[in-house]
Amino acid sequence: MSPARRAGAPRCLRRLLVEAASAALALALLVWSLIPVYNMLLIALDYDEGDIEFEGILWPPEPSLHSFHAVVTQSYWLVEDFWHQFGNSVFIALMTMGLTVSIGSLAAFAIGRMRLCRGWLLGNAPLLTYAVPASFLVIPFTRLMASYGLSNSLWAIVAANVAFATPYAILILRQYARLIPLEIDEAARVDGAGPVQVYRLIHLPLMAPALAAVGTFALLLAWNEYLYQYVLLSSTRNMTVAVAIAQFFNSDEAPWNYMMATALIYSLPPIVIFYALRRYMAAGLTRGALKS
Amino acid sequence: MSGAPEVVAVRPASLDRPRRPGRLGALPGPELAWAIAFVAPYAVVFVAFVVYPVAQGLWMARDPSLYRALLADALYPPTVLNTALFVGVGVNAKMFLALLLSGFFMRRRWWIKALLPVFMLPWALPSIPAFVSFHWMLIGEEGLVDRLLWMLFGLPGPLWFNDRWLALTWNIVADVWKWLPFWTLTFFAARMAIPRDIYEAADVDGAGAADRFVHIIVPLLGNLYLVCTLLDTLWTIGDFTTVSLVSEGAPAYSTNVLATLGFHYAFDAAQPALAVAAVMSALPVLIPITLLVMRALQIRQVQL
Repeated sequence: MSPARRAGAPRCLRRLLVEAASAALALALLVWSLIPVYNMLLIALDYDEGDIEFEGILWPPEPSLHSFHAVVTQSYWLVEDFWHQFGNSVFIALMTMGLTVSIGSLAAFAIGRMRLCRGWLLGNAPLLTYAVPASFLVIPFTRLMASYGLSNSLWAIVAANVAFATPYAILILRQYARLIPLEIDEAARVDGAGPVQVYRLIHLPLMAPALAAVGTFALLLAWNEYLYQYVLLSSTRNMTVAVAIAQFFNSDEAPWNYMMATALIYSLPPIVIFYALRRYMAAGLTRGALKS
Repeated sequence: MSGAPEVVAVRPASLDRPRRPGRLGALPGPELAWAIAFVAPYAVVFVAFVVYPVAQGLWMARDPSLYRALLADALYPPTVLNTALFVGVGVNAKMFLALLLSGFFMRRRWWIKALLPVFMLPWALPSIPAFVSFHWMLIGEEGLVDRLLWMLFGLPGPLWFNDRWLALTWNIVADVWKWLPFWTLTFFAARMAIPRDIYEAADVDGAGAADRFVHIIVPLLGNLYLVCTLLDTLWTIGDFTTVSLVSEGAPAYSTNVLATLGFHYAFDAAQPALAVAAVMSALPVLIPITLLVMRALQIRQVQL
């Protein structure tokens, strides 16, 4: 009759095969996810400028934290401004996050909840931003920043990041807001709350998971961004860690273990924040979009 | 009135349907003023940092002779092919694998649950370190990939970046590696939102895994899959970091994509107008896709 009623032995065997296949897949995914990170660690832990000889080794014979120490204490000329550059990266990321969340949530509230505009073209107009990818606009953007007086300024990077993170933020926030019945807003309005109170006291607290999700999205976007920083930030003082790593990468005789140590330290903040807010990411990014 | 809350709880999207016709004029005066004030910061950002640069870019790229120069340039046609392959193969691989893996992560085993956060690591890891590491894994016989090939199979690895197709393949692999977790998580959350009783009903009817996929997952996730594919197509066409760090366009600029070729024209060859023309030549593909995304999002709002 139904498949569930088949004989016991083949079913048992089949289940065993499925389990074995899942275990193999899990192991493959584990290696796949970790191998580039392992590679970085391998080079960073090598004392000898990361020149790992071809000896068929998979772990440095004498692992050493020397390269991390050199980066943290800025004791090599390519990393002599490390903490300053790190501060610049943090500034760009936090400003991008804060501005994206505030500008995006205000716009999403007005478009979606206050019903400023209907119709698919006007309501989704922010998405038109993605018709021309950020990397395609770097040359006109650079000229524009010169005319705004923002050449070689961290604010120019923040502006570009916010412009390209906010459309997605608005999309996600509007989708998530559909989970919250409009009747709640309307009840507050009947009780005499103005648009600002509804936004601040009712909308924002209910939207917290989605706000955390788009905030993390904006933060990761800023931390991933490299082209605009590379083109727009020319002075050593305004350089970021991303550009510093690229500088290592483009020079011929750089100590690779220092480069990988820098890269690993640079990777830590987004990883920590990501795992701290992971619970919200899954919920906030998609829940509203999929309500069925 | 009394029935309304239940209706709302089941179908929140129904609220998105316009109750009254009209667009801007539907709000009363003070409301309209507040709504406009709320949108104003974003409108300023949109005009100052999106519309204006795009207009300037189109103005820079207005001369038709630039496009003749592009077609005559030896680097441009192969770059278009590379971009098409990088996007066409990469996006579809990401989406299809993400859809399958999201099903895998639905399995109730403690070790699969424990694997999920590790699997998310590539997404949390910044692009620059990740792609620099990919480049170093493939650098030659000292690279980790070559060492593993030698240890496990006794094979000498090829010079990955001396061959256009190998280098292009690694660009695609690195891009899939970086973004697969993001899309897997998206589909995973979508599967979680499917009520359990639908699966149980399918079980009662004797549906196997394949039936479940065809009759539950495809209809319920189809539109989301389409939107994600289109969005990722837009994002991947504009991707600069992957190719600029993994293959660096090697060998001999043969693995460039439009974004990195534009960079090359602008900063190595000092021809900014040609650079802008090269990237703007993708607009006939980008604009229809963007309109499709916007349209598909609207269809979903109406259907739910």
